[in-house]
Amino acid sequence: MHELSIAESILEAVRKELVSHPGARPVRVGLLIGELAAVDVDSLSFCFEAVLTGTDWEGLQLDARVCRQRRRCNECGNEFGVVDYNATCPACGGDSTKPISGDELDFDYLEVETDGTLATQVQGAE
Amino acid sequence: MERLPLKSKVLNENQIIAESLRQRFREHGVLCLNLISSPGSGKTALLERTLASLSPETRVSVLTGDIQTDNDAQRLAKFGFPVQQITTGGTCHLDGRMIEKHLAVWNLDEIDLLFIENVGNLVCPSSYDLGEASKIVLLSVTEGDDKPLKYPSIFFKSDLFLLTKVDLLPYVPFNADVAEANARMVHPGMEIVRASSTVAGGLDAWLAWLKRRMVQARQEALVSAAEITG
Repeated sequence: MHELSIAESILEAVRKELVSHPGARPVRVGLLIGELAAVDVDSLSFCFEAVLTGTDWEGLQLDARVCRQRRRCNECGNEFGVVDYNATCPACGGDSTKPISGDELDFDYLEVETDGTLATQVQGAE
Repeated sequence: MERLPLKSKVLNENQIIAESLRQRFREHGVLCLNLISSPGSGKTALLERTLASLSPETRVSVLTGDIQTDNDAQRLAKFGFPVQQITTGGTCHLDGRMIEKHLAVWNLDEIDLLFIENVGNLVCPSSYDLGEASKIVLLSVTEGDDKPLKYPSIFFKSDLFLLTKVDLLPYVPFNADVAEANARMVHPGMEIVRASSTVAGGLDAWLAWLKRRMVQARQEALVSAAEITG
Protein backbone atom coordinates (compact mmCIF):
# COMPACT_ATOMS: atom_id res chain seq x y z
CA MET A 1 0.00 0.00 0.00
CA HIS A 2 2.69 2.52 -0.88
CA GLU A 3 0.05 4.36 -2.95
CA LEU A 4 -0.79 6.34 0.19
CA SER A 5 2.80 7.63 0.47
CA ILE A 6 2.73 8.42 -3.25
CA ALA A 7 -0.59 10.30 -2.90
CA GLU A 8 0.95 12.41 -0.11
CA SER A 9 3.99 13.12 -2.31
CA ILE A 10 1.69 14.32 -5.11
CA LEU A 11 -0.14 16.67 -2.77
CA GLU A 12 3.14 18.02 -1.43
CA ALA A 13 4.46 18.66 -4.96
CA VAL A 14 1.24 20.48 -5.93
CA ARG A 15 1.54 22.61 -2.81
CA LYS A 16 5.13 23.51 -3.68
CA GLU A 17 4.30 24.27 -7.30
CA LEU A 18 1.51 26.64 -6.29
CA VAL A 19 3.86 28.74 -4.18
CA SER A 20 5.07 30.33 -7.41
CA HIS A 21 1.48 30.76 -8.68
CA PRO A 22 -0.39 32.73 -6.03
CA GLY A 23 -4.17 32.74 -6.44
CA ALA A 24 -4.21 29.67 -8.66
CA ARG A 25 -6.57 26.85 -7.69
CA PRO A 26 -5.53 23.33 -8.73
CA VAL A 27 -8.13 21.44 -10.76
CA ARG A 28 -6.35 18.43 -12.21
CA VAL A 29 -2.92 16.89 -11.86
CA GLY A 30 -1.55 14.73 -14.67
CA LEU A 31 0.76 11.78 -14.05
CA LEU A 32 2.66 9.38 -16.27
CA ILE A 33 2.89 5.92 -14.73
CA GLY A 34 4.94 3.20 -16.39
CA GLU A 35 3.43 -0.28 -16.54
CA LEU A 36 6.48 -1.47 -14.58
CA ALA A 37 6.25 1.20 -11.88
CA ALA A 38 4.42 -1.09 -9.44
CA VAL A 39 1.74 1.53 -8.86
CA ASP A 40 -1.92 0.62 -8.97
CA VAL A 41 -3.86 3.49 -10.50
CA ASP A 42 -7.20 2.65 -8.84
CA SER A 43 -5.56 2.35 -5.46
CA LEU A 44 -3.67 5.61 -6.03
CA SER A 45 -6.89 7.44 -6.98
CA PHE A 46 -8.57 6.10 -3.85
CA CYS A 47 -5.65 7.21 -1.65
CA PHE A 48 -5.48 10.58 -3.37
CA GLU A 49 -9.14 11.24 -2.57
CA ALA A 50 -8.46 10.21 1.00
CA VAL A 51 -5.55 12.60 1.49
CA LEU A 52 -7.60 15.45 -0.01
CA THR A 53 -10.44 14.98 2.46
CA GLY A 54 -10.71 17.97 4.76
CA THR A 55 -8.34 20.10 2.69
CA ASP A 56 -9.23 23.12 0.52
CA TRP A 57 -8.59 21.01 -2.55
CA GLU A 58 -11.29 18.36 -2.27
CA GLY A 59 -12.33 17.41 -5.78
CA LEU A 60 -8.84 17.88 -7.25
CA GLN A 61 -8.73 15.36 -10.11
CA LEU A 62 -6.00 12.86 -10.81
CA ASP A 63 -5.31 12.05 -14.45
CA ALA A 64 -2.96 9.07 -14.42
CA ARG A 65 -1.85 7.81 -17.82
CA VAL A 66 -0.28 4.35 -17.85
CA CYS A 67 2.65 4.10 -20.27
CA ARG A 68 3.89 0.96 -21.92
CA GLN A 69 7.51 -0.09 -21.62
CA ARG A 70 9.69 1.19 -24.47
CA ARG A 71 13.02 -0.26 -25.56
CA ARG A 72 15.78 0.73 -27.97
CA CYS A 73 17.50 -1.77 -30.22
CA ASN A 74 21.29 -1.84 -29.73
CA GLU A 75 21.74 -3.02 -33.30
CA CYS A 76 19.50 -0.82 -35.47
CA GLY A 77 18.54 1.94 -33.00
CA ASN A 78 14.81 1.37 -33.48
CA GLU A 79 12.62 2.41 -30.53
CA PHE A 80 9.51 0.34 -29.89
CA GLY A 81 6.71 -0.29 -27.42
CA VAL A 82 6.90 -3.70 -25.74
CA VAL A 83 3.86 -5.98 -26.03
CA ASP A 84 3.60 -9.08 -23.84
CA TYR A 85 7.19 -8.70 -22.64
CA ASN A 86 8.50 -9.36 -26.12
CA ALA A 87 11.80 -7.48 -26.01
CA THR A 88 12.90 -8.48 -29.52
CA CYS A 89 13.26 -5.59 -31.97
CA PRO A 90 10.29 -5.72 -34.38
CA ALA A 91 12.31 -3.93 -37.08
CA CYS A 92 15.47 -6.06 -37.34
CA GLY A 93 14.73 -9.03 -35.08
CA GLY A 94 17.71 -8.16 -32.84
CA ASP A 95 17.74 -9.61 -29.32
CA SER A 96 19.98 -6.95 -27.84
CA THR A 97 17.65 -4.17 -26.71
CA LYS A 98 17.63 -1.97 -23.64
CA PRO A 99 14.79 -0.32 -21.75
CA ILE A 100 14.31 3.43 -22.18
CA SER A 101 11.07 3.80 -20.21
CA GLY A 102 8.34 1.81 -18.51
CA ASP A 103 9.04 2.30 -14.80
CA GLU A 104 8.42 6.04 -14.66
CA LEU A 105 6.33 7.69 -11.97
CA ASP A 106 6.41 11.26 -13.24
CA PHE A 107 4.35 14.40 -13.15
CA ASP A 108 3.04 15.57 -16.50
CA TYR A 109 1.04 18.72 -15.82
CA LEU A 110 -0.97 20.67 -13.30
CA GLU A 111 -4.20 22.29 -14.47
CA VAL A 112 -5.20 25.37 -12.47
CA GLU A 113 -8.00 27.91 -12.41
CA THR A 114 -6.94 31.49 -12.01
CA ASP A 115 -8.80 34.75 -11.59
CA GLY A 116 -6.65 36.43 -14.17
CA THR A 117 -3.43 35.55 -15.84
CA LEU A 118 -0.83 33.69 -13.85
CA ALA A 119 1.09 36.06 -11.62
CA THR A 120 4.44 34.55 -12.40
CA GLN A 121 6.08 32.78 -15.25
CA VAL A 122 5.32 29.08 -15.59
CA GLN A 123 8.01 27.00 -13.97
CA GLY A 124 8.69 23.33 -13.46
CA ALA A 125 8.33 21.87 -9.97
CA GLU A 126 12.08 21.66 -9.46
CA MET B 1 -8.00 27.25 -16.97
CA GLU B 2 -4.26 27.02 -17.45
CA ARG B 3 -2.12 23.96 -17.82
CA LEU B 4 1.31 24.17 -16.16
CA PRO B 5 3.88 21.66 -17.31
CA LEU B 6 5.36 19.67 -14.43
CA LYS B 7 8.52 17.84 -15.31
CA SER B 8 9.64 16.08 -12.17
CA LYS B 9 9.37 12.70 -10.58
CA VAL B 10 6.52 12.14 -8.16
CA LEU B 11 8.98 10.75 -5.62
CA ASN B 12 11.42 13.57 -6.33
CA GLU B 13 12.21 14.16 -2.65
CA ASN B 14 13.23 10.54 -2.24
CA GLN B 15 15.16 10.62 -5.50
CA ILE B 16 17.25 13.60 -4.36
CA ILE B 17 18.18 11.81 -1.13
CA ALA B 18 18.91 8.58 -3.02
CA GLU B 19 21.22 10.32 -5.48
CA SER B 20 23.10 11.97 -2.64
CA LEU B 21 23.47 8.60 -0.89
CA ARG B 22 24.67 7.01 -4.14
CA GLN B 23 27.27 9.73 -4.54
CA ARG B 24 28.50 9.23 -0.96
CA PHE B 25 28.66 5.44 -1.41
CA ARG B 26 30.72 5.91 -4.57
CA GLU B 27 33.12 8.36 -2.96
CA HIS B 28 33.66 6.15 0.09
CA GLY B 29 33.91 2.94 -1.92
CA VAL B 30 30.83 1.37 -0.31
CA LEU B 31 29.05 -1.34 -2.28
CA CYS B 32 25.40 -0.95 -1.25
CA LEU B 33 23.00 -3.79 -2.08
CA ASN B 34 19.25 -3.59 -1.52
CA LEU B 35 17.67 -7.02 -0.88
CA ILE B 36 14.00 -7.28 -1.75
CA SER B 37 11.55 -10.18 -1.60
CA SER B 38 8.21 -11.22 -0.22
CA PRO B 39 8.19 -12.17 3.49
CA GLY B 40 9.75 -15.56 4.11
CA SER B 41 11.88 -15.88 0.97
CA GLY B 42 15.02 -16.13 3.05
CA LYS B 43 16.61 -12.66 3.08
CA THR B 44 17.69 -12.90 6.70
CA ALA B 45 18.87 -16.50 6.38
CA LEU B 46 20.92 -15.55 3.32
CA LEU B 47 22.50 -12.68 5.24
CA GLU B 48 23.21 -14.92 8.24
CA ARG B 49 25.05 -17.46 6.12
CA THR B 50 26.79 -14.71 4.14
CA LEU B 51 28.01 -12.92 7.28
CA ALA B 52 29.15 -16.25 8.73
CA SER B 53 31.26 -16.89 5.66
CA LEU B 54 33.01 -13.49 5.65
CA SER B 55 36.32 -13.01 7.42
CA PRO B 56 36.14 -10.80 10.54
CA GLU B 57 38.24 -8.15 8.77
CA THR B 58 35.56 -7.68 6.12
CA ARG B 59 34.09 -4.24 6.61
CA VAL B 60 30.42 -5.10 6.21
CA SER B 61 27.39 -3.46 7.83
CA VAL B 62 23.71 -4.28 7.67
CA LEU B 63 20.53 -2.20 7.84
CA THR B 64 17.53 -4.44 8.22
CA GLY B 65 13.98 -3.18 7.81
CA ASP B 66 10.78 -4.51 9.29
CA ILE B 67 7.40 -3.12 10.18
CA GLN B 68 7.79 -4.27 13.79
CA THR B 69 10.34 -6.03 16.06
CA ASP B 70 14.14 -6.03 16.04
CA ASN B 71 14.27 -9.82 15.70
CA ASP B 72 16.26 -9.69 12.47
CA ALA B 73 18.86 -7.29 13.87
CA GLN B 74 19.32 -9.63 16.83
CA ARG B 75 19.79 -12.59 14.51
CA LEU B 76 22.32 -10.73 12.38
CA ALA B 77 24.25 -9.03 15.21
CA LYS B 78 25.52 -12.44 16.38
CA PHE B 79 28.14 -12.39 13.63
CA GLY B 80 29.99 -9.42 15.11
CA PHE B 81 29.41 -6.90 12.32
CA PRO B 82 27.58 -3.59 12.82
CA VAL B 83 23.81 -4.05 12.38
CA GLN B 84 20.94 -1.64 12.82
CA GLN B 85 17.24 -2.39 12.73
CA ILE B 86 14.99 0.06 10.92
CA THR B 87 11.48 -0.34 12.31
CA THR B 88 9.05 1.40 10.00
CA GLY B 89 6.03 1.18 12.30
CA GLY B 90 3.63 0.32 9.49
CA THR B 91 5.26 1.58 6.34
CA CYS B 92 5.60 -1.20 3.78
CA HIS B 93 8.98 -0.14 2.37
CA LEU B 94 12.21 1.64 3.29
CA ASP B 95 12.85 5.08 1.85
CA GLY B 96 15.95 7.20 1.36
CA ARG B 97 15.38 9.30 4.45
CA MET B 98 15.35 6.23 6.73
CA ILE B 99 18.67 5.08 5.25
CA GLU B 100 20.23 8.54 5.58
CA LYS B 101 19.13 8.81 9.21
CA HIS B 102 20.51 5.42 10.23
CA LEU B 103 23.79 5.89 8.37
CA ALA B 104 24.48 9.08 10.34
CA VAL B 105 25.94 7.06 13.23
CA TRP B 106 28.34 5.10 10.99
CA ASN B 107 31.54 6.25 9.33
CA LEU B 108 31.27 5.31 5.66
CA ASP B 109 35.07 5.16 5.42
CA GLU B 110 34.88 2.08 7.62
CA ILE B 111 32.38 0.24 5.41
CA ASP B 112 33.12 -1.63 2.18
CA LEU B 113 29.86 -3.54 1.90
CA LEU B 114 26.45 -2.37 3.06
CA PHE B 115 23.48 -4.72 2.93
CA ILE B 116 20.02 -3.23 3.17
CA GLU B 117 17.41 -5.86 3.92
CA ASN B 118 14.17 -4.25 2.83
CA VAL B 119 10.75 -4.84 4.38
CA GLY B 120 9.34 -8.16 3.13
CA ASN B 121 7.22 -7.01 0.19
CA LEU B 122 7.57 -7.69 -3.51
CA VAL B 123 5.75 -4.53 -4.63
CA CYS B 124 6.29 -1.28 -2.72
CA PRO B 125 10.09 -1.36 -2.14
CA SER B 126 10.60 -1.39 -5.90
CA SER B 127 9.40 2.24 -6.13
CA TYR B 128 11.92 3.65 -3.64
CA ASP B 129 15.51 4.19 -4.69
CA LEU B 130 17.80 3.90 -1.65
CA GLY B 131 20.98 4.93 -3.46
CA GLU B 132 22.00 1.28 -3.80
CA ALA B 133 24.40 0.05 -6.47
CA SER B 134 22.02 -2.80 -7.20
CA LYS B 135 18.68 -4.14 -6.15
CA ILE B 136 18.64 -7.89 -5.63
CA VAL B 137 15.35 -9.74 -5.80
CA LEU B 138 14.96 -13.05 -3.95
CA LEU B 139 12.32 -15.61 -4.81
CA SER B 140 12.14 -18.95 -3.04
CA VAL B 141 11.09 -22.23 -4.60
CA THR B 142 8.20 -22.54 -2.13
CA GLU B 143 6.55 -19.61 -3.93
CA GLY B 144 5.23 -19.72 -7.50
CA ASP B 145 7.43 -19.90 -10.58
CA ASP B 146 5.16 -17.30 -12.25
CA LYS B 147 6.01 -14.62 -9.64
CA PRO B 148 8.28 -12.68 -12.05
CA LEU B 149 5.27 -12.16 -14.32
CA LYS B 150 2.96 -11.27 -11.44
CA TYR B 151 5.40 -8.78 -9.91
CA PRO B 152 7.33 -7.57 -12.96
CA SER B 153 8.45 -4.24 -11.53
CA ILE B 154 10.94 -5.62 -9.04
CA PHE B 155 12.36 -8.14 -11.53
CA PHE B 156 12.70 -5.34 -14.09
CA LYS B 157 14.56 -3.10 -11.65
CA SER B 158 16.82 -5.68 -10.00
CA ASP B 159 20.28 -6.52 -11.32
CA LEU B 160 20.32 -9.98 -9.77
CA PHE B 161 17.66 -12.62 -9.23
CA LEU B 162 18.55 -14.97 -6.39
CA LEU B 163 16.49 -18.13 -6.51
CA THR B 164 16.57 -19.32 -2.90
CA LYS B 165 15.87 -22.58 -1.04
CA VAL B 166 16.84 -24.62 -4.12
CA ASP B 167 17.57 -27.60 -1.81
CA LEU B 168 13.77 -27.94 -1.57
CA LEU B 169 13.27 -28.30 -5.34
CA PRO B 170 12.74 -32.10 -5.18
CA TYR B 171 9.82 -31.60 -2.80
CA VAL B 172 7.87 -28.74 -4.38
CA PRO B 173 6.05 -28.28 -7.70
CA PHE B 174 8.30 -25.41 -8.73
CA ASN B 175 10.00 -25.32 -12.11
CA ALA B 176 13.24 -23.35 -11.71
CA ASP B 177 13.81 -23.13 -15.46
CA VAL B 178 10.32 -21.65 -15.94
CA ALA B 179 10.90 -19.13 -13.12
CA GLU B 180 14.18 -18.06 -14.69
CA ALA B 181 12.67 -17.84 -18.18
CA ASN B 182 9.85 -15.70 -16.75
CA ALA B 183 12.37 -13.38 -15.07
CA ARG B 184 14.26 -13.00 -18.33
CA MET B 185 11.03 -12.19 -20.18
CA VAL B 186 10.54 -9.22 -17.88
CA HIS B 187 14.26 -8.41 -17.74
CA PRO B 188 16.18 -9.77 -20.73
CA GLY B 189 19.75 -10.72 -19.84
CA MET B 190 19.08 -10.60 -16.10
CA GLU B 191 21.75 -12.21 -13.93
CA ILE B 192 20.38 -15.22 -12.04
CA VAL B 193 21.99 -17.20 -9.24
CA ARG B 194 20.56 -20.27 -7.50
CA ALA B 195 21.16 -20.45 -3.77
CA SER B 196 20.54 -22.53 -0.69
CA SER B 197 21.30 -21.21 2.78
CA THR B 198 21.06 -24.65 4.39
CA VAL B 199 23.32 -26.98 2.39
CA ALA B 200 27.11 -26.93 2.17
CA GLY B 201 28.30 -24.97 -0.83
CA GLY B 202 24.77 -23.67 -1.45
CA LEU B 203 25.95 -20.08 -1.49
CA ASP B 204 29.13 -20.48 -3.55
CA ALA B 205 27.72 -18.86 -6.69
CA TRP B 206 26.21 -15.99 -4.67
CA LEU B 207 29.47 -15.38 -2.78
CA ALA B 208 31.38 -15.36 -6.08
CA TRP B 209 28.95 -12.77 -7.46
CA LEU B 210 29.36 -10.71 -4.28
CA LYS B 211 33.16 -10.87 -4.44
CA ARG B 212 33.15 -9.76 -8.07
CA ARG B 213 30.94 -6.78 -7.26
CA MET B 214 33.11 -5.79 -4.28
CA VAL B 215 36.24 -5.77 -6.45
CA GLN B 216 34.39 -3.70 -9.04
CA ALA B 217 33.21 -1.20 -6.37
CA ARG B 218 36.77 -0.82 -5.08
CA GLN B 219 38.03 -0.07 -8.57
CA GLU B 220 35.27 2.51 -9.10
CA ALA B 221 36.17 4.17 -5.77
CA LEU B 222 39.81 4.48 -6.91
CA VAL B 223 38.68 6.08 -10.17
CA SER B 224 36.35 8.40 -8.24
CA ALA B 225 39.17 9.38 -5.82
CA ALA B 226 41.51 10.05 -8.75
CA GLU B 227 38.88 12.32 -10.31
CA ILE B 228 38.45 14.27 -7.07
CA THR B 229 42.19 14.83 -6.57
CA GLY B 230 42.46 15.67 -10.25
